[in-house]
Amino acid sequence: MTTTHQPDSSARGPFQGGAPILVAEKITKRFPGTVALDTVDFSVYAGAVNVLIGENGAGKSTLMKILAGVDRPTSGRLLLDGSPVEFKSTREAAQAGIGIIFQELNLYPNLSISENIFVARELTRSGVVRHRTQEQVTAELLKRLEQPLSPGMLVRDLRMGQQQIVEIAKALSQNVRILIMDEPTSALTGAETEALFRIISDLKAHGVAIIYISHKLEEILRIGDYLTILRDGKLAAAAPARTVDLPWIIEKMVGRNVNAPRHRTRVYAKEADRPVLEVKNLRLPRVGGGYTLENVSFTLRRGEILAIFGLMGAGRTELFECLMGQHPESSGEVRLNGRKLRNETIRGRIDLGMMLVPEDRQRLGLIQKLSVAHNITLANLRRFMTSFWLSDRREMEEINAIIRSLSIKTQSPTQPITSLSGGNQQKVVIAKSLLTEPQVLMLDEPTRGIDVGAKAEIFEIMNELAGQGLAVLFVSSELPEMFTIPDRVIVLSKGKITGEFLHDALSEEALVLAAGARRQTEHPVTAGQSV
Amino acid sequence: MSTAIASPASPVRPKTSGLSLGVLLFRLRALIALFVLIAVFSVLTPSFFTAQNLIILVGQTAINAIMALGMTFVILTGGIDLSVGSTVGLAAMISGLLINRGVEIPPLGVVLYFNIPMVILLCLCLGLLVGAFNAILITRFNVAPFIATLGTLYIARGAAQLSNDGATFPNLVGNPELGNTGFPILGAGSVLGIPIVIWIMMIFAAVAAFVAGKTPFGRQVYAVGGNERAAELSGIYVNRIKMSVYMICGLCAAMTGLITASQLVAAHPAVGESYELNAIAAVVLGGTSLSGGRGAIWGTIVGALVIGVLTNGLVLLGVQEFWKKVITGLVIILAVVLDQLQERFQQRLALKRA
Repeated sequence: MTTTHQPDSSARGPFQGGAPILVAEKITKRFPGTVALDTVDFSVYAGAVNVLIGENGAGKSTLMKILAGVDRPTSGRLLLDGSPVEFKSTREAAQAGIGIIFQELNLYPNLSISENIFVARELTRSGVVRHRTQEQVTAELLKRLEQPLSPGMLVRDLRMGQQQIVEIAKALSQNVRILIMDEPTSALTGAETEALFRIISDLKAHGVAIIYISHKLEEILRIGDYLTILRDGKLAAAAPARTVDLPWIIEKMVGRNVNAPRHRTRVYAKEADRPVLEVKNLRLPRVGGGYTLENVSFTLRRGEILAIFGLMGAGRTELFECLMGQHPESSGEVRLNGRKLRNETIRGRIDLGMMLVPEDRQRLGLIQKLSVAHNITLANLRRFMTSFWLSDRREMEEINAIIRSLSIKTQSPTQPITSLSGGNQQKVVIAKSLLTEPQVLMLDEPTRGIDVGAKAEIFEIMNELAGQGLAVLFVSSELPEMFTIPDRVIVLSKGKITGEFLHDALSEEALVLAAGARRQTEHPVTAGQSV
Repeated sequence: MSTAIASPASPVRPKTSGLSLGVLLFRLRALIALFVLIAVFSVLTPSFFTAQNLIILVGQTAINAIMALGMTFVILTGGIDLSVGSTVGLAAMISGLLINRGVEIPPLGVVLYFNIPMVILLCLCLGLLVGAFNAILITRFNVAPFIATLGTLYIARGAAQLSNDGATFPNLVGNPELGNTGFPILGAGSVLGIPIVIWIMMIFAAVAAFVAGKTPFGRQVYAVGGNERAAELSGIYVNRIKMSVYMICGLCAAMTGLITASQLVAAHPAVGESYELNAIAAVVLGGTSLSGGRGAIWGTIVGALVIGVLTNGLVLLGVQEFWKKVITGLVIILAVVLDQLQERFQQRLALKRA
């Protein structure tokens, strides 16, 4: 890298020195119900690691898909070497030298390494695939990547990290100039991560521009050269990595101007009151050994808001899945109002007073083809029965009431659910949960992918519900949320509880430390601890 | 529960605009197509729009419509049932077997004959069993519905042929001495001047529409077809719903088999062959999405009527049988193309609002 950085930590927009190889100009991407990207600028420099940071739903993946030709922007343009380009497919992007390695690997497990690398662009002679040539080229690539793998091995027999290497080899075989990596280390072990970092610096030395997306801030500070931070679909900041530090990144990621709801002091029932939910020694074995959750124990009282903080892969979602009875292989004790839960089905648990607002709204929370109204009443239809059928009148009364009380913005309850914004869709899922009359409401990343205003509203709703005696349990990977409404925060790291703090005893430093305490990096991160 | 969260009341009132009228007309396209077809045939051939022909037409439609009603539930969950045609044949053959031959009970040396209501009941139960068999394959053994019901298609057809070594059970009039006469009434009788077949269709359609639109079960069928995993997390027993819809579908197919056997006063093992395709065509024409979660019972009835009117009208016009098939195929394809257009249209609308 030849650029010299300006020691200006508030640098925005174009950098000094070195023309970017790829520029995304004023990119906007709309989806039904939400604006994923709002006039975002992004510059990519050759021979450097260009890091893209942002909270979940900030628009990182959408931007990547546009750069790689998977999606097309609603407006805005791409400049490659200064001239405008338009990619109609990943193939066109690949021809222009842009390769992408997706978070979920796009490999064919039933094919060999070399077949995967040359898939859809096989080397042929008069229509016949030249397997031997393909395998020779593959062997050279693997040698360059220092991987002792045979080109004929089936991808299904490889470990995750090795599969990642195959993806990289595939990109390299197409002479990439720009390589996009979306959360490449999320499935890698410490050693595999180190190997990946060596490959990245080798690629840099060969002049390849790396676009690197990651949630792991310590990684970013270690290997990043340029940082671009997205927030809620907008460009929040861009700066050379050397000029910034972790607190600056966090500030730009989450923004300080969020008027997040404050914690409310609640008066609890007497200490002797039995908790609503008791979890004791919850264990969830992991496929391939070890535990996704290990000896997790906590209690939750009526009217309490308990937050579980943890990074990706800490086991947060799995914890909720266990509580909803979706992992029969888990062990340990879960008591609801003193009653021990055994093999209750999801319905059984809902009837007992537990309800989950899942993290992935689109896949797990909503029925996209149903209306707002029918989504709201789905989980407790019995409530609206008169003898054998559903009473439209009673259903509509309750639907209208809850739409009002949660301020769900919809033209009418009969609108398709997809016509609502992300925040209002989330409120619909919450409304559905509330109609089951829960005693324990579990929310998995309740503010994911919704705008700042709606986030505050969601928290306000949770605050109100706790005020009415509901026990609220929510997980989040977003640090600032821990300082909003929770009465208590539990930190989960690699499946274990590594910290517990009352609201008054919270500090960012302690939370970050606890969340990363058991991280298995061989090089201890210093920047991460200077928050 | 009172979720009295203080917030300014946002008035919720439905808005009607020119756009939503367009969407409405688009949704009613099957019905519009039906009226257009009726009008065209009425002009082209005077013998079409007569009470006599219309009753014949609806009677012919009823057979397909009853099967299609059951199929609608299956397709609403995102499944498919290819075995209905064979179930029709099997139910017809078993009714023939029960009437003509009875059930032999070897150790007692007696042959048991059932009266007609019992025969009908037993055959309907058989339909439920076939449906349950499909559903177990699909839910318990995770077989794709297409494959599971394709297997059942062969099994049920084979069983129908085995039941009388491939021969027909002729002359299903029963024997007064055995007390099992009256089977032909089902297919040929009429009440208040309307054939019983049409009554059955209307009753089945009314019950189906009520169940789909007004009961929790119906709502859950749509939910399962719309997003199975979200439905499960909302506390819906997805497998029970699937079990029910395949059993309903089997029941409807068995009813069709009984009617067919009764109309012919004979049970032929090949009866009902390729009926499954007519039923699926009616469902799709009626606007039910093959991917599940979207559609309506009345649409299926309209879809069956469109096919019925088309078949009947083209026959009256003297159009060659082969051309009839080509035209029917074109209409089905057109319906699905329009369906796709509607989906894109609605997505664009949703985008505009965002």
